[in-house]
Amino acid sequence: MRREPRVKTLRIDDCDCAGREDQTVLDVARENNIRIPTLCQINGLTNVGSCRMCLVEVKGVPKLLTACTTMVWEGMKVVTNSERLHEYRKMILELFFAERNHICAICVANRSCELQALALELGVDHIRYPYLYQALEIDSTHDKFVLDHNRCILCTRCIRACSEIEGANTLGMMRRGVNDKVITDLNQPWGESRTCTSCGKCVNVCPVGAIYEKGLSRTESRREHTFLPYLTIMRGER
Amino acid sequence: MRERNKARVATVWLDGCSGCHMSIFDMDDRLLELKDRIELVYSPLVDAKDYPKDVDVALVEGCIGNEEQRKFAHTMRASTKTFVSLGDCAVTSNIVAYRNPFKMHDVIHRAFIENSEGEIVLPQEDVPPLLPFAVPIHEIIDVDVYIPGCPPSADLIHYTLVELLEGRHPDIKNRFG
Repeated sequence: MRREPRVKTLRIDDCDCAGREDQTVLDVARENNIRIPTLCQINGLTNVGSCRMCLVEVKGVPKLLTACTTMVWEGMKVVTNSERLHEYRKMILELFFAERNHICAICVANRSCELQALALELGVDHIRYPYLYQALEIDSTHDKFVLDHNRCILCTRCIRACSEIEGANTLGMMRRGVNDKVITDLNQPWGESRTCTSCGKCVNVCPVGAIYEKGLSRTESRREHTFLPYLTIMRGER
Repeated sequence: MRERNKARVATVWLDGCSGCHMSIFDMDDRLLELKDRIELVYSPLVDAKDYPKDVDVALVEGCIGNEEQRKFAHTMRASTKTFVSLGDCAVTSNIVAYRNPFKMHDVIHRAFIENSEGEIVLPQEDVPPLLPFAVPIHEIIDVDVYIPGCPPSADLIHYTLVELLEGRHPDIKNRFG
C-alpha cells in the first residue's frame, strides 16, 4: 500500500510553515515567499547543492546545510538570512568571479546573467580575492553552440539537463576542484561529439554566458555593408 | 592656492578606455552646478603635471597594468582622502585583464613584433615596464568607494560625488558590466 507523504511543521525565519516530508527547505521557503538565493538549482532538474548559495542555519545542526537538498523535518528551526550567511554567500560569489575570467562588459549574458544579478542583490561591488587568470579555452567546434570555459561556474545545470531531460549524456565533468572542467563526450571537441543531439537545452539552462548560441557575441553580430557605397548619394552630393 | 569652501577633486585615467570620463561629461548641466562646489585639481582635462597634495576626492578610472601606474597609485593614496574606483576596469580590471592569462613575453611579442611593420624595436626606455597582470586598484592600495559599471552612468557618478561632498558614504548598487 502506498503511504501518503506526511506533513511536517517547521519554522523558517519568523514564519511558521508546513511542508510535506518529501519537500526541501528551499521548496517550503519559496511557498512562503521567503527568498533564498540559488545558482545551481533550477526547477525540473535534480538538486545537487553544488553552488552553496542556499546555505542555511538549522538549530541544533553544527554545520550549515544547503536548503535545496535538505528535506524538512518536524520542529525544524531554519534561519535563511543572518549576517554570517550573508557574508558567506558574498564570499562564495566573489570566489566564482575570482576563479575564472568573467568580463561582464563583453559577455553575451550581460544583463541576463544570474551570477551578475546575484552580485547586485547581495551587494558585491568588488572582489576581495586575487583573480586566478587561468588560461582556459573556448570550444567553438559545434555548428550551433559555443562552450566558453572562462565564464563557467561549474553549476552542472547543463550536464543535468543533458542527462536527465535529453538523455544524451554528452556533457560531463572532468578533474576536481579548481581544475574542474565541463567536457563533451570523452573530452573531445564538441563538434566531433556523436552523442550530442544539438537540442540546445544546455544553452537555455546555463545561468551565465558559458554556453551560448553562435551569432550572439558582439564580434559576430553581422553588419549590412552592401549599402555603404551609396552613403554619399543618400546624403546628397555636395 | 586652495580655493575656499571648495572640495579638491581629481579624476585619473589609468588602464582604461576613457569611457568613464565620457560618463563624467554626461553629467551635462550638472557639471556647471558642481563647479561652484569643487575645484578640479588634477585630471586628463586640466593642465596639472604632478598629482597635488590634499585631494579630497579622487575618481580613478582604469586598472593598474604597469610599473608607473603602480607607483602612481601609492602617490595618489598618500595625498587623497577618499579614493573612488570608478568603473569596471578600476574595480575588476575588466577587458584589460584579457591579457592576463597570457605570459607577459607573449603579450609584448604580439604587440611589438608580430604586429609591427618595418623596423622592430622593443621598448627599452620611456615606456614603463608592464606588470605581469593588469590588476584592480584595490589589489595595490586601499580603496574607499567602488562604483562598478562599464561605464557607470552619469547619474550614479553625480550621486556619488554629491554624497561625498555632503560628507556621507554613498550606498552604491550597480551591476558589473
